[in-house]
Amino acid sequence: MTVTSRHIQAYLLLLPAFVFLVGFTHYPAIATLIDSLMSTPRGGHPAQFVGIENYQVMIEDPVFWKSVINNLWFALATIPASMALSILMALWVNEKIVGRQFLRMSYFLPTVMPMIAVANIWIFFYTPDYGLINQVLQFVGIKSQNFLGDPTLALMSVTVVAIWKESGFFMIFYLAALQTLSPSYKEAAQIEGASRWYFFSRIQWPLLMPTTIFVLVNALINAFRMVDHIFVMTNGGPNNASSLLLFYLYEVGFKFWDRSYASALTVVLLGILAFTGLMQFFLLDRRAHYR
Amino acid sequence: MSGNTYTHSSHRLDGAGWLSTLGAWVLAIAWVMPLLYAVWAAFHPGQYATEFSLTAPLTLDNFVAAWHAAPFPQYFLNTIVLVLMILGMQLLLCTLAAYAFARYAFAGSNILFSLMLVQLMVMPEILIVRNYQTLSTLGFVDTLFGIGLPYFASAFAIFLLRQTFKTIPKELVEAAQMEGANTLQVLWHVYIPLAKPTYLAFSLVSISHHWNNFLWPLVVSNSVESRPLTVGLQVFSSGDQGIDWSIISAATLLTSAPLLVGFLIFQRQFVQSFMRAGIK
Repeated sequence: MTVTSRHIQAYLLLLPAFVFLVGFTHYPAIATLIDSLMSTPRGGHPAQFVGIENYQVMIEDPVFWKSVINNLWFALATIPASMALSILMALWVNEKIVGRQFLRMSYFLPTVMPMIAVANIWIFFYTPDYGLINQVLQFVGIKSQNFLGDPTLALMSVTVVAIWKESGFFMIFYLAALQTLSPSYKEAAQIEGASRWYFFSRIQWPLLMPTTIFVLVNALINAFRMVDHIFVMTNGGPNNASSLLLFYLYEVGFKFWDRSYASALTVVLLGILAFTGLMQFFLLDRRAHYR
Repeated sequence: MSGNTYTHSSHRLDGAGWLSTLGAWVLAIAWVMPLLYAVWAAFHPGQYATEFSLTAPLTLDNFVAAWHAAPFPQYFLNTIVLVLMILGMQLLLCTLAAYAFARYAFAGSNILFSLMLVQLMVMPEILIVRNYQTLSTLGFVDTLFGIGLPYFASAFAIFLLRQTFKTIPKELVEAAQMEGANTLQVLWHVYIPLAKPTYLAFSLVSISHHWNNFLWPLVVSNSVESRPLTVGLQVFSSGDQGIDWSIISAATLLTSAPLLVGFLIFQRQFVQSFMRAGIK
């Protein structure tokens, strides 16, 4: 077989996948950038170039800023909490512990359930007066809270659900990594009489670094695209108290049908994801030896 | 004797050990609580939804009511068709692409590989606004095919399969070529059979992901014929039949049941698949 025909063969093998990759990832990413500089075509008025007008609107849009700040809090809470829990879970089920099978199953369960479905159950947990959490609160003498209706509690309430949903998923990656660590570390630590904490912080944690970076990047991406439960639980409310960027983008694009402003919002999200991608690239290069 | 003492002491449960076990159990129970509650509410009459009593009678009425209150049979069919269509296309397209990346040296392979990886960061649901326009230009809005379209090529699948294909020894390929196998025959008879565990792993991840997917199907579908279960459930539970926890719980369980049952039966494979998919 000639060299050229091998090249052509390779391109032919790639072609079908790339039609879809380019059509639904690269092309729309670039087109969105252009759309964000145009006006939204409405009733006979075609789209016109408006420069950075959409971004000026954005800077003055309080709901946008509310969603950004909410999203940052959401990320700041879900990422460390779900990662810490996932490590803890992985350490537990990696050892000989009573009911290991049950524990592992319980932690992983939220991962296989549709967010839309479990969010409905969480609504009940949060319901004022007779919801499960409030029944417990009232039992210990604290007055019933309107978790999803109170602007100061709504964001926290949806954040807890996100942590519950993700932790077990991340646990799997830590578990996989822990199982590749040589048992001789553990034996050595036992002979030396090292404490559990010492063993974790000096041996397991550094060896888990590539996994931590991998999980961190995934947690970061998830923090900006996990919005399903918002639709079910709060619809972004009350008064945008639990609106997240992607949720707001959906509202602008598909409820107010303002395509160009929605494109500008998409560009912000793309920027965040690009930053995440670069961070992974540099962190992985320096701190972890993958591949 | 001393060896015995050592093993014994390494397994002993001291104060910290008990505390740790207790913590693990408390967390696990908190984690399954939503499911336990849903089971409780769904299998008992409405008045027991907020009241826990050991003498509460069991019933299947809530499931019957939910099943008849919304076109769930149609939603189920839609989701099954959607999930299988996406998986089938992914396996086909990504196998071919992964094969090219794993075993061909061609101009621009690194650039194309990096371009492919972009999809790991920028999932189609981020680009809903533009992808919706593409779909309406093509005339696929409100169809199952349209919901599936952006997911047919999966960077994750290509990456995973490429890693697997690269580990397959060259000797096996050469042996097959000696016997006169062409490129696609080598792929079919050598690579694919040896990559079975990866295919299984990816399939489980893909099925559970798309069974649960919501935002993009919500945007694309607006009729019973194209609505998958997740969107159907959302339409149902936000409808005006008032808050009936028992019926909503039953509908919630119905929606998650196939994955849940599959997970409970194939727990080990599920967890191992996600592990395999995550390692590389």
